[in-house]
Amino acid sequence: MLSRVAERLYWLGRYLERAEGTARNINVNTHLLLDLPKGTAFGWEPLIFIMGGEELFFQHYRDAGQQNALEFMLADPRNPSSICSSLQQARENLRTLRDVVPREAWEKLNHLHRYANDHYAQAIGGRSRFPFLTQIIDGCQLITGLLTGTMSHDEAYEFVRTGRNLERADMTTRIIDVRSASLLPKHTGDLAPFANIQWMSVLKSLSAYQMYRRQVHVRVSGAEVLRFLFQDAGFPRSVYHCLGEMQQSLSALPRNEVPRRYVMRLKRQVGEAIVQHLAHEGLHEFIDNLQVALGKLHDRIRATYFLTEAPAPNSRSLAA
Amino acid sequence: MDTCDANHVMERAPAAKQVTMAIDWEHYDIGAGYDELVEAPGRPRAPAQPLCRYLGSLTRSEIEERKSAAELAIMTMGITFTVYTEEGGSIDRAWPFDIIPRIIPSHEWMRIEAGLKQRVKALNLFIDDVYHQQRIVKAGVFPQELLANSVNFREECVGVDPPHGVWAHICGTDLVRDRDGAVYVLEDNLRIPSGVSYMLENRLVTKRVFPELFEHYSIRPVDDYPSQLFDMLASLSPRPADSPAIAVLTPGIYNSAYFEHAYLAQQMGAELVEGGDLVVGDDDCVYMRTIEGFARVDVIYRRIDDLYLDPLGFGTDSKIGVPGLLRAWKAGRVALANAPGAGVADDKAVYAFVPKMIDYYLGEEPILPNVPTFLCMNTQEREHVLANLHQLVVKPANASGGYGMLVGPHATATQRAQFARLIDHDPRNYIAQPTLSLSTVPTLCETGLAPRHVDLRPFILSGSENYVTMGGLTRVALRQGSLVVNSSQGGGSKDTWITDEV
Repeated sequence: MLSRVAERLYWLGRYLERAEGTARNINVNTHLLLDLPKGTAFGWEPLIFIMGGEELFFQHYRDAGQQNALEFMLADPRNPSSICSSLQQARENLRTLRDVVPREAWEKLNHLHRYANDHYAQAIGGRSRFPFLTQIIDGCQLITGLLTGTMSHDEAYEFVRTGRNLERADMTTRIIDVRSASLLPKHTGDLAPFANIQWMSVLKSLSAYQMYRRQVHVRVSGAEVLRFLFQDAGFPRSVYHCLGEMQQSLSALPRNEVPRRYVMRLKRQVGEAIVQHLAHEGLHEFIDNLQVALGKLHDRIRATYFLTEAPAPNSRSLAA
Repeated sequence: MDTCDANHVMERAPAAKQVTMAIDWEHYDIGAGYDELVEAPGRPRAPAQPLCRYLGSLTRSEIEERKSAAELAIMTMGITFTVYTEEGGSIDRAWPFDIIPRIIPSHEWMRIEAGLKQRVKALNLFIDDVYHQQRIVKAGVFPQELLANSVNFREECVGVDPPHGVWAHICGTDLVRDRDGAVYVLEDNLRIPSGVSYMLENRLVTKRVFPELFEHYSIRPVDDYPSQLFDMLASLSPRPADSPAIAVLTPGIYNSAYFEHAYLAQQMGAELVEGGDLVVGDDDCVYMRTIEGFARVDVIYRRIDDLYLDPLGFGTDSKIGVPGLLRAWKAGRVALANAPGAGVADDKAVYAFVPKMIDYYLGEEPILPNVPTFLCMNTQEREHVLANLHQLVVKPANASGGYGMLVGPHATATQRAQFARLIDHDPRNYIAQPTLSLSTVPTLCETGLAPRHVDLRPFILSGSENYVTMGGLTRVALRQGSLVVNSSQGGGSKDTWITDEV
């Protein structure tokens, strides 16, 4: 497979997952804002920080009010991670991959891209936001399912899967981050009753509530939610599970030494971390470190498979 | 010029409270032109009778439904093309498509097909001759100065022997039908002709929209083109014993025909590559960068212009090309289709000599006539052109896509004066032709059913064997009275049916 094709497959997986993750993130924030008592509302600025877009945001907007923040995260073409931009880039990647990806995926993505562009404006205001985000999440899930069910699970597929799981692990850490220290004053007194609601909304935004319930059997607590979302081996959006998926994908690819060893080490570290204590402090730092490690994993994948600057072959290198 | 008042067609009082028929062939007015489907109001040509009867039976809302179904299919299938604007930007547009097909009976098509094969055979012999002995020039049949001033003649290609002696492996020849019903060749596109994917997709859309018609008609299929293209390309491989590695080389997604490059690669199961994916080794072989390392390529269907192919070989600063590609081709280590330099015959001044080429190389009469063409390089003909600008179409010899041409009868005095200056300044680069009254096909317009002008671009493949597409791409000028069918200039397209007798 061409290096460039592999790279675009990988980014297709990432951008699709990013659109879905961003929709989930906005959802969890919307629910938190609705559930919390008046006066404690933290607004949208923390979310922009968590998505890593604050610098870009304040270049173009003066305040992080609902209108601006949602415009930025849903559709702003200047924000490469907005839902519309992500779908646009997924589409640009897929459009160059029409010889390797089933045609239906292209049709569905076109449809979703068009839907997002036609309807995001109504989602900014409020009432239509939930159905809009649901449509985006459903649409991404549909394409992911379509690829899983109709694309040969060959090298091309493994690149999509690697990209998807890397982005998904990253997004899960960001969604957990919505609940980290920067959002709320240390919850004391009045806000304590709401702590559970917040953890529940985090679970729900990852469609994890039901699976958590079946798995954990105790009341929803910060410590258990963190353990579940970071370390559960079976839940498809847990960081540990995503790293395991990547390990499998990389094992099916040629010349996988460097990235595979890195992902195995990272997986072991995540598995061995004592995440229960993070509910009280250090969560944000832990997540930061994890995100840096995921970045390094990306660099290793890129250096192994995508770099198109390798020198031309000569008779000697070809003989070898 | 034949025009038709489309409003007139639709301005009949609909029968109140009844199911109104949307198409009334009695009111379809073709004027003085030749219509491909209809002989006279209310009298469809024999092959079109079942189609016209069927369309006439649909209500207005049923037709609207079919139209929306086609639009939806085109949107969902993502059939687009890119338009370049004068401001330098580009936009992706959905492919404009009209649901009413154009019909050509198979007995007529067989003659056209024979004519196209004959023509492309002669053109390939001509190109090969031009890069070798130039016998046709020495024989006094083709003027030396046309070659000397050709912007598409490539010094670098002199003496090269591509497989089978073929240079133009894929040719898109534009045909038009005049008022009298005769089919003429308008031009031969021998560089990197595009449009064939739209021909294939148009058929898919039509099958989705009018499945019932396919039950009543015997329509020759078009969809073997990708496998024919693959076989032709494979026949050029420098390693005939192995199964050849074939790649389609594209300038990238911002090229107006990118959709087609991707489509053809997908349909052939070939790699779609960009310049950056390829390298030439010191063994003169071409390699792709893959996730497993370098892999050799045998045949490249290139969709990049000659001069951008190889910055080293052609001394350009192309960033989309492959340094050393020309060297690899000349060493016979890779096949390029079309061969570099094939464009020498894709020149509207050279076009005028094709009938003579057919006579010179094949000793045959041309089966398909040229449109009469005035070469501005000849003093007498230039004077005639300058004196008759108001009734001629003037074209630059080397441009394509309908850019930079003058349609005399539609032009203002200022435009005509400007072209007179252009011709005086560079007579070699201009030719003129009488304004043909292109044939029409009934087309669903904003105002209802109206005749619109069409041309036809069949594609001819030449490798170890020859092949002509079954029909081709029918392009239609969607603006009333317009003769410009290029998609970049507001044109659309139709499905083209070659039908057996019913």
